[in-house]
Amino acid sequence: MTGKTTENFNSNYLNYIKSQDPPTQHFKNCLSAFGVGGLICCIGQFIRFMLEYIGLSGDELAGTTSVVLIFLGCLLTGLGVYDRIGRYAGAGSIVPITGFANSVTSPAIEFKTEGWIYGMAAKMFTVAGAIVVFGVFSGVIVGLIYYFI
Amino acid sequence: MGQEILIIALAYLKAFAVGGGICLIAQFIINFTDLTAGKILVYFMLAGVVLTAIGLYQPLVDFAGAGATVPISGFGYLLANGAMRGAEKGLFYAVTGALSAASAGVTAAVVFAFIMSLIFKSRTKRS
Repeated sequence: MTGKTTENFNSNYLNYIKSQDPPTQHFKNCLSAFGVGGLICCIGQFIRFMLEYIGLSGDELAGTTSVVLIFLGCLLTGLGVYDRIGRYAGAGSIVPITGFANSVTSPAIEFKTEGWIYGMAAKMFTVAGAIVVFGVFSGVIVGLIYYFI
Repeated sequence: MGQEILIIALAYLKAFAVGGGICLIAQFIINFTDLTAGKILVYFMLAGVVLTAIGLYQPLVDFAGAGATVPISGFGYLLANGAMRGAEKGLFYAVTGALSAASAGVTAAVVFAFIMSLIFKSRTKRS
């Protein structure tokens, strides 16, 4: 079999799969992403108001709000609830900071069976590692630009 | 009193609209390209960094509060904001400012994920 026919087979197969796929429901997807994402932000706003009420402000307020949301995200992931929300909400559950917490906790729990060091601890950063790497790098660039201009 | 309630209700409405809007954009991108969740997270975080650096994200945070800080682009805002404030203090703080500002989030994620992995077992995904 030559490479060309293999490619043909592959593209034929992909076309076949595409024809069998249920069509993406753009409108419904976007609506549930908007609703769930907005709701999570409202929960964030609620936590913010509550923390403001007990006397936090500034950086402490913003930081504690994220910490509480991340805790909720981790807990719901552990309980298996977040996956179910994610199936319904798509990007509405990925983009908020709780989705970041989910991307850390989910592999940590899943790869626990491979051991604590190479399993849980190393796999914890499969997705979050990319965020930290690009975040720190771009942050340093921004800092340097602002320092030199 | 009535006015106070109105202000609070408006804050929730703004958070819902802006936060939901950011998620809507992400869902739109996922629908029309084949970007995975991880890539979406990284791109939105970078978008937050860039928008903060050119001064466009701060007005959004002032307007929408948690609606702009809760999505992952708010994490980028935190990083860039920390770097920009550090740059005013000196070269050392310009370099370390970004991660210092984000330390709460990263620490929380690591610690809570660790605790959860101690408590919970992985389960088969039900559909």
